[in-house]
Amino acid sequence: MADNGSFTAKEYYDYLADHKIMGTRCVDNGNLFVPPRAMCPDSHSTNMEWAEVKGSGTLRAFTVIGVGPTAMVEAGYNIKNPYCAGIVELEEGPSVAGQILGVDVSKPETIKIGMPLKAAFVERGEGDAKRTYLAFEPA
Amino acid sequence: MAMNKLNRGVAIVGAGMSKFGAFPGKATRDLFVESFAEMQGSVDKGVDVKDIEAVFIGNYSSDLFEGQGHTAPFMTHAVGLNPVPATRCEDACASSSAALRSGIMAIASGLYDMVLVGGIEKMSDLPTSEVTDTLATASDALYDVPAGYTFPGFYATIATAYMDKYGATPEAWMSVGIKNHDAGSLNPKAQFGQRIRELMDIKIKSAEKKGRPIPTWADEMEFMHDDRANLVIAWPMRLFDCSPVSDGAASLLLVAEDLAKNFTDNALHIIGSGQASDVTLRYRSDLTTLSSAKAAAQQAYEMAGVGPKDIKVAEVHDCFTVAEVVATEDLGFFSPGQGYEAAMEGVTSLRGPRPINSSGGLKSKGHPVGASGAGQVVEVWKQMRGEAGARQLEGDIDVGLTHNVGGTGESCFVHIFGRK
Repeated sequence: MADNGSFTAKEYYDYLADHKIMGTRCVDNGNLFVPPRAMCPDSHSTNMEWAEVKGSGTLRAFTVIGVGPTAMVEAGYNIKNPYCAGIVELEEGPSVAGQILGVDVSKPETIKIGMPLKAAFVERGEGDAKRTYLAFEPA
Repeated sequence: MAMNKLNRGVAIVGAGMSKFGAFPGKATRDLFVESFAEMQGSVDKGVDVKDIEAVFIGNYSSDLFEGQGHTAPFMTHAVGLNPVPATRCEDACASSSAALRSGIMAIASGLYDMVLVGGIEKMSDLPTSEVTDTLATASDALYDVPAGYTFPGFYATIATAYMDKYGATPEAWMSVGIKNHDAGSLNPKAQFGQRIRELMDIKIKSAEKKGRPIPTWADEMEFMHDDRANLVIAWPMRLFDCSPVSDGAASLLLVAEDLAKNFTDNALHIIGSGQASDVTLRYRSDLTTLSSAKAAAQQAYEMAGVGPKDIKVAEVHDCFTVAEVVATEDLGFFSPGQGYEAAMEGVTSLRGPRPINSSGGLKSKGHPVGASGAGQVVEVWKQMRGEAGARQLEGDIDVGLTHNVGGTGESCFVHIFGRK
């Protein structure tokens, strides 16, 4: 579990392993950031606090990828077994990138922008490299 | 507020490039020498290259592509210019536009009178998966890559957002690919200098030879829709929507404007230069435009005192076909949401009223990422001097533009060239 410290990606992924989606909120102006930022780009303040989001959102745009990065190839994805990745606008405002599960990747034209989604958590990698990643599935 | 102008004028008096393609056994320095030799030969009244005072090299990632870091002094050595200052510039796929802008500023400041700007990349030694990984290091490695994102994936995401907003279909992107291969077939430096129809015929002949079922595509569009011939890399971006893995280099010779006549009576003057940065895609409120491109274009148009209608030759960053459509809107050639129809109707074709990417673009010419921006300038140089051969644009080509994007628009450069 992360401590309330430096708002790093490591802490974000540590929270994610506990199935908590954490961002940061600027104490000075209330702006919310997911994933976390250590400095607010509006106020340039480092006066931040952790804030949890629910993981509900809508699909803003997506793609179905057949030629992925090595990590996805190792996870079993390829041109015959593609995966969907998308940008999801969270109910609380910020947009995040994530794998979209539970959609028909063989018919990308059926995947609808604007569809409601909820968070899912996928684990990839083995041993020490095992990590939990943020994903989404139809709500 | 600083004035948006150069303190001293800058002109390009020489330009050259290697062929773009896959060249096993050739390192970036070999390709750079080829481009430098062509640049030397292009200086109408000759040049003593010993007068070059500094070198700026655009290079994205020779470190990962060919295990060679610190490339600027090595390129400088390859063309015999040490001990002049040698600096590497990196802004992903816009690296050599970063080098160009650095060279412009170095002369405009009065520090130097003559500068060499280069661009280099050697991508074809790595297997495709490692090329994908290397290119992905130009995106957000902490949060976007772990989501499964790749560069084709980012641009495909722009494409689905664009299709949803404006009603475009994948045929729009396919028509850009067909168009750019048409132009590239007239460019002897292009990596894939074949029209799509020619590529189809090659595949049909190969099937006949191997005794395989003969494909029966009715036309280019049917070929583009064939999942086996035109693999879906990141839907809706297919193989023929993606620029290739390329090796290549380009060289530009820049001098202070008042010295240009010593080298040529037909120089390209830098009349506009713009540059901007942006956040990664997921932070943007509109996914169908690159705000860095709009900002860079606005700066360049203002400095040049020209507008989109004045541009006669435009090389834009078509790393993926959708990117060309977005670029033509960001640059003001078409209103938002109208660029795709223009492409489908042939408006942006070589002989259309608003030709885009007469070189064949990155799609057909090739995209050795760190060399691509300087390569765009080589095309503008040829077109504005009437030296583009079979693909020469008609009329007086007196104002040219290059639009070079880093990543998914996290950086962008726009340059405008004129005569004086």
